[in-house]
Amino acid sequence: MSVLIYVELDNGSIKKTSLEAVAYGAKVAEKTSGQAVALALGKAENTELEKAGRYGAAKVLHAADAKLEHENSLAYADALVQAAAQEGSKIIILPKSGLGDAMAARAAAKLKAGIVSGVTALPETDGGFKVTRSIFTGKAFATTEIKSDVKVLVVRKNAVEIDEAGLTGGNAAVEAFQPALRDSDFTASVVSVEKADSELSLTEAEIIVSGGRGMKGPEHWQPLIDLAKALGAATGCSKPVSDLDWRPHHEHIGQTGIKVAPNLYIACGISGAIQHLAGVNGSKCIVVINKDPEAPFFKAADYGIVGDVFDVLPKLTEAAKSLK
Amino acid sequence: MKILVCITNVPDTTAKISFTDNDTKLNKNGVQFIIGPYDDYALARGVELKEQNGGSLTVLHVGEADAEPQIRKALAIGADDAIRVNADPQDSYFVAAQIAHIASQNNYDLILMGRESIDYNSGVVHGLVGEMLGIPSYSPVMKLDLDGSNATITREIDGGKEILKAPLPLVLGCQEPIAEWKIPNMRGIMTARTKPLNVVEPVSVDDMTVPQTYQLPAPKGACKMIPASEAETLIKLLQTEAKVL
Repeated sequence: MSVLIYVELDNGSIKKTSLEAVAYGAKVAEKTSGQAVALALGKAENTELEKAGRYGAAKVLHAADAKLEHENSLAYADALVQAAAQEGSKIIILPKSGLGDAMAARAAAKLKAGIVSGVTALPETDGGFKVTRSIFTGKAFATTEIKSDVKVLVVRKNAVEIDEAGLTGGNAAVEAFQPALRDSDFTASVVSVEKADSELSLTEAEIIVSGGRGMKGPEHWQPLIDLAKALGAATGCSKPVSDLDWRPHHEHIGQTGIKVAPNLYIACGISGAIQHLAGVNGSKCIVVINKDPEAPFFKAADYGIVGDVFDVLPKLTEAAKSLK
Repeated sequence: MKILVCITNVPDTTAKISFTDNDTKLNKNGVQFIIGPYDDYALARGVELKEQNGGSLTVLHVGEADAEPQIRKALAIGADDAIRVNADPQDSYFVAAQIAHIASQNNYDLILMGRESIDYNSGVVHGLVGEMLGIPSYSPVMKLDLDGSNATITREIDGGKEILKAPLPLVLGCQEPIAEWKIPNMRGIMTARTKPLNVVEPVSVDDMTVPQTYQLPAPKGACKMIPASEAETLIKLLQTEAKVL
């Protein structure tokens, strides 16, 4: 029996969260004495797809049909189900993202499979198949038993520890895969796609530097951007900042925005309302810089600096530059 | 135009979460419940579209009777009638199967809901419902306009947005800024009292997943404070102590 893992491509490269999903799937395959098979949809070079092998995939199915070039959760879900049928997969794993959830849901309905999204750890397989997932936007966890024969898991970032240096897998074999595509999955026409290419995606970023109202206005963002550049970090913001249009909506981190789980989250001039904390509580290490020592964010932080962000940020940027 | 808006009944965003009965149930004591914030956006846009295009708007909730104040609020905001499927749902699949069952009897042009519920955060009900009904589903939708039997949708994608044109019927998971939240006015509150709220029993669905226990995260250790005058030392600590650089 095999475990099927969907890997998301971004301009022909496998996303980091997807490689993590492969590592997760390989561990599940080990527990269930099966093999891990990855599925990639859209254009990519074999040399890139082979990398999934390092993370434990035995092979990669690749559907390069031009119709799958543009993200289409309906057709992708169809392809996923067909790949699962071909491989006899009873466990299907996707990385947590808008696309991952959309595909997982449609695939689960097609397969009459139990679906659990937001999984944070490897399953317990002794006496039933149990997974733990994040609920209440990170304020709690739930352990759930999946009873159905086919199981669909959508896994969060950091659900499995990966020791990059200790990866032993070689290159995976890449196999062409040709799913039957249905016209009913292509009834929508794409009018336009706006994508900030150069920007690091928040959900993929290992480091995020984020600003709140304490940044005093969009024209004062440069010191924060400088630190982000020096650290190779993505930039984010709090809800008030995106509501005021100081920063674009897709940078809004929090309960009703994007939920992130980087290794390092640096909050600049963000007081730490519970709704913002809900979006960042998956972070490994949180740094808070705020001039108000009573800011609630310090209670959730690992490191804190009470001070003016405009004094502190340039110092951090200088120190970060000298790291390299 | 027939619109269905599905709403969740969830703890307020500022609620402190705890569990009872050996960590098998949410402790509802002292917790205020609200219409899911994302569902509230879906409802607001649904009401606007009904006002522009005519037709009807039904609000649907799968859950127990304690959600009725929130259902009445949705009626006060502008839904014409409401359906409550009387159940204590255990997972997304069950909820989706109930919504799909109601929808299959009513031919809605649009089925709107939030991108996710803020209690269990799965974000999969719209996709499940779409597939169960055999119609497209899209999420998260930030802008929605109708032109006859076509919808123009702006969706958030990783690092940007995408605009799609798609024929109805559709299932859509909504988020801001699709519409401004609506606050019921006095007239709405008065009329909501007499609008129909039909309670129906659920259709049976196999148990796909069964929740076992709930846990709270381990408490965070103390925050290490660094004087602003020595801010630069933080970078070293992040590298050598926290090992995140």
